[in-house]
Amino acid sequence: MLTGDSQKFYGLLFGIAFSTLLNTQQLTIFVNLIERGASGVYNAPEAEIWVMDPVSRTTEVNYAMPSTALDEVRSVEGVEWAVPHLRAPASVRSSTGDLEGVQIVGVDDATLIGLPERLLATNKSILSQPDTVLIDDVGIINLFESGEDPIGQRLELNDQRAIIRGVADAIPSFTSQVTLYTKYSQALNYVPGTRNRLTFVLAGVADGETAEAVAQRIEEQTGLKAETREEFAQAGVDFIIQNTGIPTNFGITVVLGFVVGVAIVGLTFSLFIRDNIKQFGALKAIGVTNLKIMRMVAAQAGLVGAIGYAFGIVGTVAFLWGFSGNPFFKGFYIPWQIPLISLGAVIIILAITGWLALRSVLSTEPAAVFR
Amino acid sequence: MNETTPTVMDTKAIGGRSAEAAICARGITRDFKAGQSTIRVLHGIDTDIKPGEMTFVVGESGSGKTTLISIMCGILWPTDGEVKVFGTDIYKLSDAELVNFRLENIGFIFQQYNLIPSIDAAANAAVPLIAQGMRVGEAREKAKALLEKLNIGDQADKLPNQLSGGQQQRVAIARALVHEPRLVVCDEPTAALDTSSGRRVMDLLREVAVAEDRACIIVTHDNRIFDLADRILVLEDGLVTHDGTDMPDGH
Repeated sequence: MLTGDSQKFYGLLFGIAFSTLLNTQQLTIFVNLIERGASGVYNAPEAEIWVMDPVSRTTEVNYAMPSTALDEVRSVEGVEWAVPHLRAPASVRSSTGDLEGVQIVGVDDATLIGLPERLLATNKSILSQPDTVLIDDVGIINLFESGEDPIGQRLELNDQRAIIRGVADAIPSFTSQVTLYTKYSQALNYVPGTRNRLTFVLAGVADGETAEAVAQRIEEQTGLKAETREEFAQAGVDFIIQNTGIPTNFGITVVLGFVVGVAIVGLTFSLFIRDNIKQFGALKAIGVTNLKIMRMVAAQAGLVGAIGYAFGIVGTVAFLWGFSGNPFFKGFYIPWQIPLISLGAVIIILAITGWLALRSVLSTEPAAVFR
Repeated sequence: MNETTPTVMDTKAIGGRSAEAAICARGITRDFKAGQSTIRVLHGIDTDIKPGEMTFVVGESGSGKTTLISIMCGILWPTDGEVKVFGTDIYKLSDAELVNFRLENIGFIFQQYNLIPSIDAAANAAVPLIAQGMRVGEAREKAKALLEKLNIGDQADKLPNQLSGGQQQRVAIARALVHEPRLVVCDEPTAALDTSSGRRVMDLLREVAVAEDRACIIVTHDNRIFDLADRILVLEDGLVTHDGTDMPDGH
């Protein structure tokens, strides 16, 4: 019946597809956005343990430690290696005189641990050249809005010269702030001087040890805060959730998507039932049970729901694909849980609206067909 | 189960006794609520419908004819009285048994056909068989054979909106007869047809719906076809005022 009425069929399809698109797309953006709170952790893939001052909370919200912390960490049993890592804000002046806030990341001089995994059009050894910094690819857009090639560009950092000699393929930070990567020793020159400058110690775990056990041992022996890669990434995500209105805003949009879905689908469903009440009455008179009618409507609603859901998911994929060139959406992906959540929402929408609409059918006397 | 309330499974066997009334209605009354008041539409009707006959139920609008056949075919509960269809006291059956009884024993032809718009003619005609649990393919084949008999076999794969009114009515007739019910109930089958089309439909109904062990009840106020009835019941204000082979004088 439903598939034979093209207007209502497409109405239901639109309602389901729109709701699915809105829910999936908004949840995807939400999850990817708050995961940016952990981008600093993801951009240093070798680090299994992050050691920091006990008051530090995320890669961006940190408090420097004495440089002796590095040796303390190295002395803990189970630590395979430990390297210094500096993350600090600075102001950069470009060759055109523009001023831009940047994040300086200083990585270990010897091992270069702390650099993003992939560099574009260069390799890590380029950092051995004097005054070298690498810029993250999203930073290029912010720092060089007119589109000039960043390679070879001179910058001024804390009265020091810096030359961009490479581009890092990095996950942008939550604020999409420009990030400059350089060696730790060089970074000390670029960041205004304070007594303590070592913000993190990145550590690896020896064979036969777990990151959790070693992190706990570091905390016990050094009094510093040590978190595994996963714990510290989660801390970054939690910080965004706790300190921004993003969950509320996205939550409102998702709820609206659900409500709009219920409204469109519910209205269309009710019209469909009303228009076909005589047919349902005829079926009941013939001897078709309420259960069979419910199964019949459920099968048709399921078909419409499946098609609409597929359109919604494809729409979300198309949206992300279409905006993949936009730096804001860099690295965005659809976690597998989100399509499942959207599917659950579609099922709930169809169940609620179908039940509301079917009530009139179930309560219709078969004799109504003769009236 | 005692003899007066056989199970649904028994009902075909009971109906095989052709001398038995197809429908035996006793003391049928039916009240409807209208706001605070109650309106009595049927006033204790006693009547029998015999198998092998085409029985017309006629009367003016509001006379109670639709209410009477709704009660006779088990889709509207009487306020009082008893109805036996081929020996089964249908209102002593449970709801589920009554639904199944209708599915097994009664075929309906509605005035507006009420075909399902999204499925083709063969599937529409096969609905009772599918509801009985027959495989869809087998049910379609059986329905197609009946559509052939009704001279619309070539339309079996068309949707209702691709058929003319007359063709839709034949599909509705096929749906009413495909499961070989012993009682066929028709509601105004000629109301929307011209005289010649109406008579053709009635000839067709007589050919396929009237048999020695099958009863056919037709509700109508179409006086162009009264001469085709084997028996006519005239209802006035909820009472049977005439029961005979012809219309009474003055009607």
